[in-house]
Amino acid sequence: MGTYLLTGGNLADGAATQIYIADGVIVEVAPKILHPGAAIATEIKVDGCILLPGFVDLHTHLREPGREDSETIASGSRAAAKGGFTAVSAMANTFPVADTAGVVEQVYRLGQATGLCDVFPIGAVTQGLAGKQLAELGAMADSVARVRVFSDDGECVFDPMVMRRALEYVKQFGGVIAQHAQEPRLTQGAQMNEGIISSRLGLKGWPAVAEEAIIARDVLLADHVQSRVHICHLTTAGGVDIVRWAKARGIAVTAEVTPHHLLLTDERAISYDPVFKVNPPLRTHSDVMALREGLADGTIDIVATDHAPHPAESKECEWQAASFGMIGLETAFSIVQATMVDTSLMSWSDLADRMSNAPARIAGYADHGQPLDAGSSAHLTVINPTASWRVDRDLVASRSRNTPFHGMELPGRIVATFFRGEPTVLNGALVRTVEGV
Amino acid sequence: MSIAMSAVDISRALTRISHEILERNNGCESIVLLGIPTRGAHLAQRIGANIATIEGREIPVGTLDITLHRDDLRMRPPRALMSTMIPVDGIQGRDLILIDDVLFSGRTIRAALDALGEIGRPRSVQLAVLVDRGHRELPIRADYVGKNLPTSRQQSVKVHVTEIDGVDEVLIESQGDL
Amino acid sequence: MRHLLSIADLSYVDALSILDTAQEMARVSDAPVKKLPTLRGRTIVNLFLEDSTRTRISFEAAAKRLSADVINFSAKGSSVSKGESLKDTAQTLQAMGADAVIIRHPASGAAQWLADSAWMSGSVINAGDGTHEHPTQALLDAFTIRKHLSANSGDLRGLSVAIVGDILHSRVARSNVLLLSMLGAQVIIVAPPTLLPVGVESWPAQVSYDFDSVLPLVDAVMMLRVQQERMSDYFFPTPREYSHYFGLNRDRLGFMKKTAIVMHPGPMNRGLEITAECADSARSVIVEQVTNGVSVRMAVLYLLLAGSPTSPGVAI
Repeated sequence: MGTYLLTGGNLADGAATQIYIADGVIVEVAPKILHPGAAIATEIKVDGCILLPGFVDLHTHLREPGREDSETIASGSRAAAKGGFTAVSAMANTFPVADTAGVVEQVYRLGQATGLCDVFPIGAVTQGLAGKQLAELGAMADSVARVRVFSDDGECVFDPMVMRRALEYVKQFGGVIAQHAQEPRLTQGAQMNEGIISSRLGLKGWPAVAEEAIIARDVLLADHVQSRVHICHLTTAGGVDIVRWAKARGIAVTAEVTPHHLLLTDERAISYDPVFKVNPPLRTHSDVMALREGLADGTIDIVATDHAPHPAESKECEWQAASFGMIGLETAFSIVQATMVDTSLMSWSDLADRMSNAPARIAGYADHGQPLDAGSSAHLTVINPTASWRVDRDLVASRSRNTPFHGMELPGRIVATFFRGEPTVLNGALVRTVEGV
Repeated sequence: MSIAMSAVDISRALTRISHEILERNNGCESIVLLGIPTRGAHLAQRIGANIATIEGREIPVGTLDITLHRDDLRMRPPRALMSTMIPVDGIQGRDLILIDDVLFSGRTIRAALDALGEIGRPRSVQLAVLVDRGHRELPIRADYVGKNLPTSRQQSVKVHVTEIDGVDEVLIESQGDL
Repeated sequence: MRHLLSIADLSYVDALSILDTAQEMARVSDAPVKKLPTLRGRTIVNLFLEDSTRTRISFEAAAKRLSADVINFSAKGSSVSKGESLKDTAQTLQAMGADAVIIRHPASGAAQWLADSAWMSGSVINAGDGTHEHPTQALLDAFTIRKHLSANSGDLRGLSVAIVGDILHSRVARSNVLLLSMLGAQVIIVAPPTLLPVGVESWPAQVSYDFDSVLPLVDAVMMLRVQQERMSDYFFPTPREYSHYFGLNRDRLGFMKKTAIVMHPGPMNRGLEITAECADSARSVIVEQVTNGVSVRMAVLYLLLAGSPTSPGVAI
């Protein structure tokens, strides 16, 4: 393993610092490293950059097994590394569904084999995501993958009895249910946020209440059974209010917001370009503002990408026929900087919390999201806040090109990513190519 | 830019054409005037009024828009259509006088002849123009001409009528004139 | 303008220019020889991926009167029903040299998507996309209203039009609200709240749930088709109750102004949104709407296709 000396950077709080990394661990953090090993370490100059704990994504679709045409664990890991992530959470809606110990162990092992970041599988709550029978949650928790986060994401755990049982059952191993809040009857055939724009475009509306009703139900259920619930991709001002209310009541609820919901509104649908078709849908400007406020004040705990790769043919068609979802790993940081830091809503420390510390804490990824202190695992992300770049869908590391940010000029570059003490990204480029990508 | 016909010249020419039409057709019994918009339509009205004065009775005067029959549609942006108003008794079996301001390539008149095909079958079709400037591209000639005006292709002939332009005159503009 | 996708893309001047042009086209339709050479050599494809015989034959008649070559391409029996994508279809039409594609599609936005794509270079005319818009229907409706109530010229200032029925799922309503209000008419939407979209308050129209109170105020009543299958989605309790509150019948005809006209885009559900008596009454201009449809579509084809493909249009 290599030894590295990062010089010229600043911590999130602004303090100028050097960091000395050896054997996968941060050995020393100081304005001037005293450790003798630093003298022979590889020096990496990161002048003007900010050193942050490696980002942790709690909501990633890596598509393997089953849809390797749109993404693989290897290609998704590359995209993650480029985006500054050192851990991602592979959603369960694969083919076959990650609802058994066998599938989650396979995903976990493929992630380790790729070695660009930790890939933590999320287990399905119900067998086949069908919402009827609980999956073998215990077996997945006990497996090599040590699954603690369970989600039927893509589908809502709609049956309140199934949801109640799931919330209760995961308490025995400290698990958490991540709910995709979508009332299915109110969203049958729904295509976009229901409101002024949908009324004009003639696209079937997806009412905010369909999301909020499930959030309200589930925080009450979590309270009742004294368990933890995590709300995936919150998108509405009303949802933020409900979570804020629940937290004030002491309910163990956490919530995430995606970068795209922090930036884009339903007006994007006016183009009828399905690259803007996503589940849950893009909402209104006032929702976006409420989400930013909620993320800033901690009502929303984390940013999660909901990185959802799709092959070209799923998006090169009329809106109604297109798949839901956007890729987001490689743009997440820049969008959060643009919407939250550059707007002075959050500090760099807040960003580190929402993108690293908090998600690791919610999911129980003990090795990640640690403060940049001596003794911590060396997962870190070096960003240049003053650089900017233009998103080009033809240059993404992901296998799919469905980014809604194509052509946008975004602030902030990922300069380097260190995973277990080794750089996966240096000078903004991947350090090594991975076979099979 | 020079004035090729003044208001008085135009008035005289139209009066002469009116008489020639009556003479050629043995009176006004069978004739119908169709002006080609926009300025030809106004000239048709004036000739119609002249004839009414001379003969002491109204004759049918209408307009015929030829835009949909043009062969140069694809060379320009789409044009707005002008109105076509065929007198109530139609043109069937009549002696029809087409009236236009300037005769140039002859393509407008070809289009007009095509346009008539959808309306009916006159006994004869004759052509009256205020100015014949030459440069025909089709075997078409006018039966009644206000003035033969030798021009070069680089020049353009502008007919102004009081109904639209506030003045009666015919101008010749050479390229570079502005 | 190269395409006709939405009324929202038209200016006031564009809309009037289409109506004025349609008026000249109507003269051709009345002439003994209903044929003009204007679009000779142009190829127009009727791409109908949803059944609509009326609209298709109306466009076909319009294109043929202008001497265009018409190719009909409908979903049934074509490769589209075998899962061919809109992209492949468009590329095929492009390869065949289509100058214009008239598209009817069950998905909202399909026409715009086709026009914005790089798959084909011809003009795209929206002949109804999902529950979004049906611009030529609105244009023919405006043309019909103008003919009867505005002395066949100018705009529709001073007139009131009620649009009654399933607004939520109606592309005809969306296009008409935009066009009629742009032309100066006051538009009143009449429907049960279940058949109004959320966000309707942003439309340039008034909303009423009370048909009877609106009837005496308006110069034209446009009845929309109500599909029986809406019942299964709880939009209204029974067809009988719907007819009772929102159907046009003889009694309601009596509440209307003496000069007011009855319209319907067709096909009608006689007995549901309109009684046979009203549909066939002297007030009804429903058959005339069909005739006017051909003139308006001729005007649209003329304005989009007759000029140079490269130079920008004057009005439309």
